[in-house]
Amino acid sequence: MKKRKSVIPGFGISLGITITILSIVVLIPLCSLVVFSAKLSFSEFVYTVTRPRVLSGYFVSISTAFIASLINVVMGLILAFVLVRYDFKGKKFIDGIIELPFALPTAVAGISLTHLTTTNGWVGSILYKLFGVKIAYTRIGITIALIFIGIPFVVRSVQPVLEKIDIQYEEAAFILGANSRTTFFKVIFPEILPAIISGFTLAFARSIGEYGSVVFIAGNTPYETEIAPLLIMSELQEYDYSAATSIALVMLAIAVVILSVNAIVQSIVSRRVNGLA
Amino acid sequence: MELRKENKALKTILIIISFLFLGIFLILPLIYILVTAFRYGISEYINAVTDEYAIKAALLTLEATLFAVVINTLFGIAAAWLITKYAFKGKKLLSTFIDLPVTVSPIIAGLIYVLTFGRQSFLYPILDSYGIQIIFAVPGIVLATIFVTFPFISRELIPVLTAQGSDEEEAAALMGAGTFHIFKKVTFPHIKWALLYGVVLCTARAMGEFGAVSVLSGHLRGKTNTLPLYIELLYQGYDFTGAFAASSILVVLAIVVLILRLVIEKKGKKELDLNK
Repeated sequence: MKKRKSVIPGFGISLGITITILSIVVLIPLCSLVVFSAKLSFSEFVYTVTRPRVLSGYFVSISTAFIASLINVVMGLILAFVLVRYDFKGKKFIDGIIELPFALPTAVAGISLTHLTTTNGWVGSILYKLFGVKIAYTRIGITIALIFIGIPFVVRSVQPVLEKIDIQYEEAAFILGANSRTTFFKVIFPEILPAIISGFTLAFARSIGEYGSVVFIAGNTPYETEIAPLLIMSELQEYDYSAATSIALVMLAIAVVILSVNAIVQSIVSRRVNGLA
Repeated sequence: MELRKENKALKTILIIISFLFLGIFLILPLIYILVTAFRYGISEYINAVTDEYAIKAALLTLEATLFAVVINTLFGIAAAWLITKYAFKGKKLLSTFIDLPVTVSPIIAGLIYVLTFGRQSFLYPILDSYGIQIIFAVPGIVLATIFVTFPFISRELIPVLTAQGSDEEEAAALMGAGTFHIFKKVTFPHIKWALLYGVVLCTARAMGEFGAVSVLSGHLRGKTNTLPLYIELLYQGYDFTGAFAASSILVVLAIVVLILRLVIEKKGKKELDLNK
């Protein structure tokens, strides 16, 4: 396949800058990860990542991230819908504040959420007195922090797609006698499903690796509220780089799987939309 | 319209849910930080934020942020230009590598730099002979900050440049304009708002990075503590007023970022409409 050469000058210099910086920041460090991993003995790797404490770390990270992302899908969908379809006072404010989790440092969010949800915090004390539920230093607390982190991902994936849907389709469905629930599930939902899945996977992938907002609220009790990134951190603090790398490799594999599933889903959907499948 | 009328109850419920959710999850934590920071009065607050180590931490955060913004701007412009103006093999792979840093856990980001520049690395003796220390020192913090914000600027520029196409640049090139001239006169006016937006996002994230920086910092008070790490230190020492006071600086910056974002988006849109 021969490609037309661009007449625009500057290929060399932009390629040079891009490759140089990319190499220093991403490629060389990534290579050193590969080189270091290759030196790990397989039995040691298996031993490290199947220790009960590590398995429990993976389970805590994945399960809380999954539940938080599911809740974010529902709430994100409502928020995106409200922002696109309704006019009301304070809409600009909502649109602006949704990005707060991107702008607010995770550690700051973490300490604030922790203090709010301890059994004598503003929110935690009410829930503890009414229902006997503890939030801070439990898995519920971790989930709360991950909901905070993940919400913009879903809203920002769904919102632009929802904006593009022509209201005519809904009007047509309405005229043909569909009620609003049928219209939503048969007309709107299929259109925004790919965006929902993409928002879910982004939030999920981010939540599994999240550290700053979670360490404070988690309490970090082994087997209970110890997340996988914290296990890597503890190994690093003991200078056990082999163990840290082993745990990290499994997490990277999980992230790759999640993102590939999303890529496959998106390509199937775009083929269907384009009438190829 | 009848369609809307039917959903009036639903509309009210959904809007109330939205306000409640954001109120509890996003706004309450903000209010809590400010209230706690000021709970022992203004003078105590001023003491906390003008503490010698707080200022040193803020300056280090500023330094790391500045490096991240400059390097990522340079990289973002070069990479976006490269990806949108030329056809070449390996473009997809390049995009994947550029986006990779944001999908990796910050702790893993810190880990790969420890593996690259730490004592067990083959680079260590070379750097050591020149007296360069990277991990557990300021360069490591800077590198980690660049890493976690790596694609922020190129990702804002690429869609704008793709939408704009290359016709104008091609015309300028055929008329004999050089690279920098074309960039300055033709491309830059199109991307300036997107670039500014990218810089704002990059600044916000760089200021607040915790995990990756935490791995690479030596946690030396006044030397390798950034503002978020300093907050952690105070918090773990049960100095909650101090921790929330230092946090309030970052809260104010976050709010500034959100407002800037809305302003830039509005300006950018207006200009786009004018061009049409």
